[in-house]
Amino acid sequence: MTAIAASAAPAAGRRLRIPRRWGFLLRRLGFYLAATWSAITLNFFLPRMMPGDPSAAIVEKLQAVSGQQMSPSAMESVQKVFGNPHANIFRQYVDYLVQLAHFDLGISISNYPTPVTSLLRQGLPWTMLLVGVTTVIAFVLGTGIGAMAGWKAGSRFDAIVSPLTTFVSAVPYFWMALVGLWFFAFQLDWFPLSGGYDADLSIGFSPSFVLSVLHYGALPAATIVFSAFGGWLLGMRNMTVTTVREDYVLLAQAKGLSGRRVMLRYAARNAVLPNFTGFTLALGHVVGGALLTEVVFNYPGIGYLLYTSLQQRDYPVMQGVFFLITLTVLLANLLADSVYVLLDPRIREGG
Amino acid sequence: MTVHAEKPLQPMIPAGQAVLDVRGLTVEYATGAEPVRACTDISFTLRRGEILGVAGESGSGKSTLITALTRLQRPPAVTTGGEILFHGRDGAKPVDLVTLDGRQLRRYRWTALSIVLQSAMDALNPVMRIGAQFADVLRAHDRTLGKRAAWARAEELLALVGISADRVRDYPHQLSGGMRQRAAIALALACRPELVVMDEPTTAVDVVMQRQILAQVLRLRRELGFAVVFVTHDLSLLLELADRIAVMYAGRIVEVGEAAAIYGAPKHPYTQGLRDSFPPLHAPLRDLHGIPGTPPDLRRPPAGCPFHPRCARRTDGCDERLPLLLPVGRDAGHEAACLLNETDGDHGGETR
Repeated sequence: MTAIAASAAPAAGRRLRIPRRWGFLLRRLGFYLAATWSAITLNFFLPRMMPGDPSAAIVEKLQAVSGQQMSPSAMESVQKVFGNPHANIFRQYVDYLVQLAHFDLGISISNYPTPVTSLLRQGLPWTMLLVGVTTVIAFVLGTGIGAMAGWKAGSRFDAIVSPLTTFVSAVPYFWMALVGLWFFAFQLDWFPLSGGYDADLSIGFSPSFVLSVLHYGALPAATIVFSAFGGWLLGMRNMTVTTVREDYVLLAQAKGLSGRRVMLRYAARNAVLPNFTGFTLALGHVVGGALLTEVVFNYPGIGYLLYTSLQQRDYPVMQGVFFLITLTVLLANLLADSVYVLLDPRIREGG
Repeated sequence: MTVHAEKPLQPMIPAGQAVLDVRGLTVEYATGAEPVRACTDISFTLRRGEILGVAGESGSGKSTLITALTRLQRPPAVTTGGEILFHGRDGAKPVDLVTLDGRQLRRYRWTALSIVLQSAMDALNPVMRIGAQFADVLRAHDRTLGKRAAWARAEELLALVGISADRVRDYPHQLSGGMRQRAAIALALACRPELVVMDEPTTAVDVVMQRQILAQVLRLRRELGFAVVFVTHDLSLLLELADRIAVMYAGRIVEVGEAAAIYGAPKHPYTQGLRDSFPPLHAPLRDLHGIPGTPPDLRRPPAGCPFHPRCARRTDGCDERLPLLLPVGRDAGHEAACLLNETDGDHGGETR
């Protein structure tokens, strides 16, 4: 299509190309807006399908503490804060959307009266830091080693690394995390048993605090990298093995380019495409994906917040966490789409 | 009844010296208990600016020969014997490409010897612009060349094959099949090689584009003076293009000679069979005949002449003695490996 347009009128072809690329992104953007809306709506209806309501939960809690029946006026004020379950459902939905537009996710029940947004804001940096950094490290490490193993498939390096990685990848994460915690923190006492930082220090960018964050984060980070890099490694290795057999790699060798260049620009550059899609999607799971890590290590992130809110049936917090996870997954998808367009020129025309 | 075999184009036969001397090249595939010989004792000389056509069926060892010549073979293929002597332009001592290690070989790649692969779609890197694929090889062999100058040179090279300069920023998938193949040929000429190996470069395009590409190869050869080893299964196509033709069967050259002699007066029954399997492009249509049977299994090659089980003219001794490649006919340099020629002397050849 482009070929015809460009050969007929090169100038026109070039002018046409830019709107087409924007059109692609606009279409994707429209899709993501629709997906976000449906996720938000689902997030609204799901808790309402569950038995009980937030005000009932807090009433129950207050009654348990005071041991008395609640007065109607107190009931009314509770419902004012947490919403009246008997109000018109459409009315509730509109209120919910208006609240969301103001980033108001309600008030936590278990940490009454802290707003959900400030709980999320407290947990998010920890999760982003721990899981974000480890996801990137695992991807870079796994992809790099995978490319090397695939480039010389069947070599001694490949023969040792690939089966070993398969074995490591087969170990369930929670089990590995617990063993790591038991061995390195409990037996050897190299790392603290739980938490994200030394509670005696004040939170800030002081050197001692940063060091304590690194010390506390090292073990959970290591377990995440250790369990995640194998997937990247095996994927990249297998893609490289098939890419190395491609004619363009053969031609690159015939051109007398350096082995490094042939491997990076020709083989790995093409082999990394599927892995990269996986990577951008994995970024979407940064916020919600480290539940087990944070539970095992009592790490003060979003996953731990979700865990505690589940235990205490803190619906507003759960809803907030789900909302955040949905948003990040969609954002990562959008990122994957946009970056893939840059990485693979063949996608641009296809749409 | 004689076959009209006058060549439409009479390319000047360069009387110049050799650019490539292949001596007793043997390639084996080291699979299983017994290695399989895909090329056995291949010898030929390629003169400067000459086009040598290599014809043969699938499985005749053509592709193995190409990867051996260009030292692009991958395990389990191993060159087990012979030498590939390359004579440089400056009259320096010839180098044996077989003995060079990877590092030494890189100096000769693309500047002395380049390759055009069968399918240009697969041969061009899909995620690099056409210009970048020219620029990287130009700059790898000329460190002084700047990026801008390299891209400008890429535009010139594309113009050589009739592709407009603004295509230099395109990706391979944006070009048509014929354009891609022409771009691949332009790419092969980037570093002014003395020898271009072409592996059936016209099988993936239609006949019209095929003729255009062949005409371009001939024109470029006239202008730039490179030699070509052109490998194909299509003997009639070689008649249009090649100065000399070598016919391969079961990993051996069974006949070699001037293109006109090979087509007009083939001395090996296999060459005759191969010629009669294709309609001539410039002669009145004649009856087409296939060659019965299939190429031999190289794991268990037949005794004697490898073609004898399929040969209509086999006689006593064909299944015992391996015929040698010996001079035949009136033309100089015409050789065939067939017992008929050894016994009949001048009477071989056209007997239909």
